[in-house]
Amino acid sequence: MSALLEVSAVTKSFGGVVANRVISISVPQGAIVGLIGPNGSGKTTLFSSIVGAHTIDAGAIHFDGRDITRLRVDAIARLGLIRTFQQTRVYRGMDCMRNMLVCAPCEREGLGAMLQRFPPALLERAESLLDFVGLHAKRQLRAGTLSFGQQKLLEIAMALMREPKLLLLDEPTAGINPTLINSLVERLRRANAELGVTLLVIEHNMRVMMSLAERVYCLAHGELLAAGAPQELRRDARVIEAYLGSH
Amino acid sequence: MKRGANACRLAALAALVVALGLVAPWVFPQAVTQLAFFWLMVLFALTWDVLGGQTGYNSFGNVVFFGLGCYATALVQRDAGLSYFTSLAAGMGLSALLAVAAAALLGPLILGMRGQYFAIATLGLGTVAADLFAGWDYVGGGSGIVPALYPGPIGERNRFFCYVLMALALLTFASLRWLYGTRFGAVLNAIRDDEDKAEAMGLRTTRHKVAAWMLAAFFLGLAGGPVAGLVGFVDPRELAFAGTSFGVWMVLMAVLGGKGTLWGPVIGAAVFHVTQELFWTYLLGWQRVALGLLIVVIVVFFPQGVLGWLRAQRPQWFHETLDEGAAAAQPAQRDEAGMRAHERTA
Amino acid sequence: MDNLAILAQAPVFNLQLLVDGVLIGALFALAAFGMALVWGVLRIINIAQGEFVMLGGYVVVYAAAAGVPPLAAVPLAALALYVLGWLLYRAVIWRVVDQDLFVSVLATFGLSILLQQLANQLFGANVRSVDPGLGTLLLVEGSISVPYVKLVAFAASLALGVALVLFLKRSRLGQAIRATSQNARAARIVGVDTDRVFASTFALNAAICGAAGALVSMTWVIHPYFGLAYTVRAFMIVVVSGLGNLAGIVAWGAGLGVAEQYAGFLLGAQFQTAFVFGLLVVILVARQLALHRRRMVLR
Repeated sequence: MSALLEVSAVTKSFGGVVANRVISISVPQGAIVGLIGPNGSGKTTLFSSIVGAHTIDAGAIHFDGRDITRLRVDAIARLGLIRTFQQTRVYRGMDCMRNMLVCAPCEREGLGAMLQRFPPALLERAESLLDFVGLHAKRQLRAGTLSFGQQKLLEIAMALMREPKLLLLDEPTAGINPTLINSLVERLRRANAELGVTLLVIEHNMRVMMSLAERVYCLAHGELLAAGAPQELRRDARVIEAYLGSH
Repeated sequence: MKRGANACRLAALAALVVALGLVAPWVFPQAVTQLAFFWLMVLFALTWDVLGGQTGYNSFGNVVFFGLGCYATALVQRDAGLSYFTSLAAGMGLSALLAVAAAALLGPLILGMRGQYFAIATLGLGTVAADLFAGWDYVGGGSGIVPALYPGPIGERNRFFCYVLMALALLTFASLRWLYGTRFGAVLNAIRDDEDKAEAMGLRTTRHKVAAWMLAAFFLGLAGGPVAGLVGFVDPRELAFAGTSFGVWMVLMAVLGGKGTLWGPVIGAAVFHVTQELFWTYLLGWQRVALGLLIVVIVVFFPQGVLGWLRAQRPQWFHETLDEGAAAAQPAQRDEAGMRAHERTA
Repeated sequence: MDNLAILAQAPVFNLQLLVDGVLIGALFALAAFGMALVWGVLRIINIAQGEFVMLGGYVVVYAAAAGVPPLAAVPLAALALYVLGWLLYRAVIWRVVDQDLFVSVLATFGLSILLQQLANQLFGANVRSVDPGLGTLLLVEGSISVPYVKLVAFAASLALGVALVLFLKRSRLGQAIRATSQNARAARIVGVDTDRVFASTFALNAAICGAAGALVSMTWVIHPYFGLAYTVRAFMIVVVSGLGNLAGIVAWGAGLGVAEQYAGFLLGAQFQTAFVFGLLVVILVARQLALHRRRMVLR
């Protein structure tokens, strides 16, 4: 089947620095694909390019059969491509429930849709998703008062609320208590299996990457270094060099 | 349940306010104009807060919509050749239309940028409008227009417009109360909290911001005509586009009472009205200096406003509903206890 | 329009507008430079900028009334405003530096209202100006008149600008200021007292505005409410030329000065301020459109 996300020869520079050089990756529908690489290899830049946060210098990006290279962030998000942020962004002034509700997709775009109250079905869905990530007890609390790890979970729940086709996760386990990482990984796998969400995940935690991803791309110095099954990459000399060499 | 009890208390409070508002003009005939301006202040504060406190976009130029309303209604009364009340109603309708149109035209241009650029772009709106209208003969130039004379004694006129303004203020309050409980209200708050995130989640932020401004413009435009009728003249600098008074007060009231809440602007308008009376009586000459100082003090030292302060002091009052319909911040400590109880039983 | 016809028939009059525009534009550039400084270092937009200019003008008005030669009062105004700026920083500004722009915009807005009303109350609402008694230069057979004081003001602005650039490049405080503007946290780590840098920068900005205002009072007129227009002018110039672009600020300052002279002549003096505010909106929209293509937003 054709890929859900097709990144073709994307190049992006900032000033004189080439952050992404001719990168091509492909994410099949329903898969969990990983993106690894040492710090500064251009992973988050690639994410930003994909979601339209900045323009790219060369190449093309296709999502769900459409060319999204020229689209803006909000238009791309409405197509079903959602990303989470490395620094975890939630709506800090609102309580968790409201954070969730405002992420519900809106089928109709007009004034009528804007002016609806939140229907009970939506409230239930929000609660069940909060329960799914383990935040049900905190649903009335202001998001800004949650701990970093809890905010990360909220952000993931919010992304799922949006019913994405493809979810770009930027280091989802960074900063999470190690004892909770397993349950988070399990939830991501369930989201993929039960809710049908395709995942593209940036991760530094190799154990997580190995257990989660079916296919992994490795970036280094802005270029695509290697691609393949996680087990292969772990033994790939170039990948090891890229990580060890940069320390 | 607690929620129900609080809601009942608030509804009772609102009913009391309305009842007082209905009765006061008869009991205190000498204070009718005061009362009318109080309702106007409530409307000013509430409409500013839609974009200001709820969306995080500071507008220094909202007075433009009010001024358009003053002029439009006065012009219809002068030129349309209708009877007094018909022309007043028609005028107010036209005012609302023009104000909304102005927001619809200007909004997409300047609301596409982040808040501080929008704020500065609006700084000059009042002055530009005042200069343009002061130089336009059709609307009376610098002298302005005298709207049609009310067909009745002054006491009756003042009472009439006081009730009209009260009705407008209540309408504004009720509309916003409903609005803040809808999806639209939640989106505004999302824009305030993290606009980039809102865009990344697919929300059409500019569209919502413009719609919010159009809503504020609608009520501001409606209010122009009655005020013109009450005051008896429409002057471009002193009344219609009074940036240094009305324009500034809008901001002050909402922040003072607690921006981003439903009752905050109302409380702010009430406190401000009293303070303004005191300032004008005891600090004559220096009252505007005092107001300027008040803004600085409040913004810097008391940014959470009366309602925010109250929430910090008595979080239990806010557990459910002083902001029913607005973005309610639930205090952590009460829920911690509840959550612990929940976890013990789970 | 009759005025347009005048420009066409008497081309030399264009020169008058140009000269006037460039000369006043230098003063706009000064205010813009100060605003860029505060924006870059403290990361706040100072809406009270124009009020600092206005107060500088009043210092000269009252100093001249007390017998001080007007040109000597310029450094006096700068000094007075430096002190005021420093005091305002210590009283108010330091509290809003860390907070979001919404708060600092509101705070400096409140300050501008306060200063404006204070000036109105203390000095009266009348338009004031000071005549330094330098006479007028007549060019092109008397068709163009340039008061000598405008030339002096222009030279003074340039000199001040150059002095500021040198100060920022060479002096220790200047370097500390530049370091803080690039990365405040890093500056703190290497031992820069960023609070003192902030205070000095804000006070310096006030002094720059004070000097500009002093010159304005001699070349033009001042009154308590003209501050807002100056704030808007300074902001416009900074937005168009960019924060670090000194040459741009000078060029766009001159350009704005000329544009305003033409607007005032063609539209009428009463619409000159409206023109400035309207131009601001046009510039912001144009900027926004340009950024739109690059998926960015004016932020």
